[in-house]
Amino acid sequence: MVVSPNTNQSKRPSRLLPLVLYVTIALVVLPVVVVASSLLTPSTVVWRHLAQTILPMLLGNTALLLLGVSAGTLVIGTGLAWLITAFDFPGRRQFRWMLVLPMAIPAYVMGFIYMALFDFAGPFHTFVRFTWGQDAYFPQIRSGWGAILVMTLTLYPYVYLLAKAGFEEQAGSNFEAAKALGSSKLRAFFTIALPLARPSIAAGVALAAMESLADFATVRYFNFPTVADGILRVWHGMMDLGAASELAGLLALFSLFLLLIEHRNRGRMKYYQSRGKLPGIPVVKLGGWTAVLATLCCALTLFAAFGLPLLQLLVWAVREFAILTPAVMATYWRLAVNSLTLASLAGGLVVLLALIVASLSRLSGRRTLQNLSRLVTIGYAIPGAVIAVGILLPLAFLDHSLNIMTSELWGFAPGLLFTGSLVGLMYAYIVRFMAIAYSSVDASMEKITPNTVLAARALGANARRVLFDVQLPLIMPGVLAGAVLVFVDVMKELPITVMMRPMGYDTLAVWVWQMAAESLWTSTALPALIIVLVGLVPIKILLDASSAGDKKHIG
Amino acid sequence: MNKKHLFAGLAVLLVIVLFGVGVFVGRANNRDVAAGQVINIYTSRHYGVEPVFQEFTKQTGIEVRFTTGSDAALRLRLQAEGKHTPADMYIAVDAGNLWLAGQDGLLAEVQSTILQNNIPANLRDTNNRWFGLTRRVRTIMYHPDRVSPEQLSTIEALTDPKWKGRLIMRPSTHSYTQSLVSSLIAAHGNAGAEAIVRGFVANETILIDSDTRILEALAAGQGDVAITNHYYLGRLLEGNPNFPIKVFWANQGERGAHVNISGAGITAHARNRANAIKLLEWLSGPNGQELFAGSNHEFPANPKVAAHPIIAAFGEFKTDPLNIGEYGRLQKDAVELLNRAGYR
Repeated sequence: MVVSPNTNQSKRPSRLLPLVLYVTIALVVLPVVVVASSLLTPSTVVWRHLAQTILPMLLGNTALLLLGVSAGTLVIGTGLAWLITAFDFPGRRQFRWMLVLPMAIPAYVMGFIYMALFDFAGPFHTFVRFTWGQDAYFPQIRSGWGAILVMTLTLYPYVYLLAKAGFEEQAGSNFEAAKALGSSKLRAFFTIALPLARPSIAAGVALAAMESLADFATVRYFNFPTVADGILRVWHGMMDLGAASELAGLLALFSLFLLLIEHRNRGRMKYYQSRGKLPGIPVVKLGGWTAVLATLCCALTLFAAFGLPLLQLLVWAVREFAILTPAVMATYWRLAVNSLTLASLAGGLVVLLALIVASLSRLSGRRTLQNLSRLVTIGYAIPGAVIAVGILLPLAFLDHSLNIMTSELWGFAPGLLFTGSLVGLMYAYIVRFMAIAYSSVDASMEKITPNTVLAARALGANARRVLFDVQLPLIMPGVLAGAVLVFVDVMKELPITVMMRPMGYDTLAVWVWQMAAESLWTSTALPALIIVLVGLVPIKILLDASSAGDKKHIG
Repeated sequence: MNKKHLFAGLAVLLVIVLFGVGVFVGRANNRDVAAGQVINIYTSRHYGVEPVFQEFTKQTGIEVRFTTGSDAALRLRLQAEGKHTPADMYIAVDAGNLWLAGQDGLLAEVQSTILQNNIPANLRDTNNRWFGLTRRVRTIMYHPDRVSPEQLSTIEALTDPKWKGRLIMRPSTHSYTQSLVSSLIAAHGNAGAEAIVRGFVANETILIDSDTRILEALAAGQGDVAITNHYYLGRLLEGNPNFPIKVFWANQGERGAHVNISGAGITAHARNRANAIKLLEWLSGPNGQELFAGSNHEFPANPKVAAHPIIAAFGEFKTDPLNIGEYGRLQKDAVELLNRAGYR
């Protein structure tokens, strides 16, 4: 199934495969189309009102957030990845994996923790006032930069992970050559290492950018309304779901545009790079103050993005422990089981579909099909609440039609098979998180050069052996990574779960949201901690697997 | 052969099986929807509902299950599910939302003398589709070290330039702000209300998206006066009796303080309608009122039931007699007004 096109030219193209592919792509794109189709009948009155009032602010804020988060994650993620790849300093081995940990903390949790810590009544600001007087300067966290800071801190691991992979895959010889020709190490970084890793870095930044476009919970904490927030303002406040869908449709178009840029950027820079057993970029041992500085950079980022929020959660958790009853404990247990069930189901399902789409589109050997299949990633930039609407409406229609049909034919109605079960929920997760699994799987398939397969065939391996002994082992880390990332994201996911879960099927994230909405911070602590800790386990597995993969790299 | 076909077929089969598991797990969860001794509720009120329902179950043997969510999303879900909805009751924390649910045909009329007797007329739907269960008063809070009650009078008076930079309110996205502005529209008309909201904006009002945080900021000195719901102060006082903020009942010389409700209605397609009405009646009675309102320091909608001692200590006051269904009718106007006035 992952045989690359070149080996299949002898066989006739199958008819079933494109069909499966088309159906999958259509299903994933459908909710987005449902939402975007509202653009065909624009609500001119609402748009005029928006254009005259809040739209300019929403667009400005969105642009600022997009730029800020992209720049922030780019600098922090790439910088740290380079530090870890090219230098040796105290703590490097630990930082190498620990720098991924902030990924386990949901942005909305990070948002209210930072608010609790740095707001006017928070301990830091209070301390400053206490020491230097009531009017002492303290930056206003409830602002655009507060939102950018918090989102950068939770999203930089995407860039870090991908940039690190981009640097580690490079053969050191290019870099050495540049240095031998008299380049400084800094110059060699900017002229050789960075351009070679550009596709990976761009993919990471694109993920972070799309995530920040879709966020609506965090920007609300910081009172920094973006277009995503505007969608909810129009839907909930002006009670106009149609106009809200139009706004969401525009957001979808914009993210499509982002995807195209990223793809074009990557398209021109297609390297089959696999350094195999060749040595990588040489590691320079730092000493003296440079070593201290390097350690400090990693330590500070990790503290701000993981240590500090974890500490605050622990403080709240200790307070919660004092009043914890067995009944509440049982509730938490039930929530945890639900969260884990959803996350595992979704992780498996999404990565399986990603594998189908990625491999079938490659197998087809048709460029248009390969480009078309990239459409499945569009859901990532669309706020979960919007996807939920785009799914709820067609599925409800399906449910009702089905019930009418069965009662006509056999005189019984099965009830809400789709919207009343986990199916609708899973469907929404697929649409929302396909991008993560797909890019991960697709990137790993990119590494399989046509030569790899040809070499294996030339050495006498049949198609089955090529698949199981060459291709699957090569893409396994990507598949695993995709599943794990989706798993962690579903653990954290909020708007879709809130809207589409079956009666009473609460999760940890839903509980945290409810308690945070009531400003009951101590009650959020334990479930939030469980989300973080559960998120850590797969991250560790993922990192172990990827470093193991490095060791037995197949050339 | 086709190995490729085999793989594709297997993959499709696996997807179908996984979907089947999804249906099974979800349906198993819903299995006794029609079983009789159960009530299913969609609620946007999440605080303290569980102990109330547990008490009801203990007294009647009827199991209560609920799904939380935001109001607009729950209404959309009710609408999409239509006659197959599992929900028997809809509980919301803002009169505007209940009004909208009634308007959209999501709620059924309930003729019950118990409810008529327990809930005052201005706190329920004129067509008996929804009933207020608790009253929440949105009013002025102040720090007694920096403000004396003599300086305070009405919500409108907070637009006076002397409060520039000293006033804290909730952003326009929250239904509390929207309903407050609806009540201003009802009292002053669109233009009058817009002038007042523009006054808040001109005063560089600090906007914080949590009433608890507003009160904490007030205590810490970020501002001197604020507008919040009364029960957040009650909650903070329960944890810390020395919490410095005081409540001021606004607009007492005229229409009275702005009051909102949390309330409930029976869904149009309820399968357990009789049970749901039983619960609604129980919630409006002394036992239910004490638990439902008291656990959140709200005022019982039933005038015969006494308020929680902490909020009873806030003193007697007069409330705006406006039928609170008006908040729903005026909500869209209020949001557009807030947008026009540049109130974030």
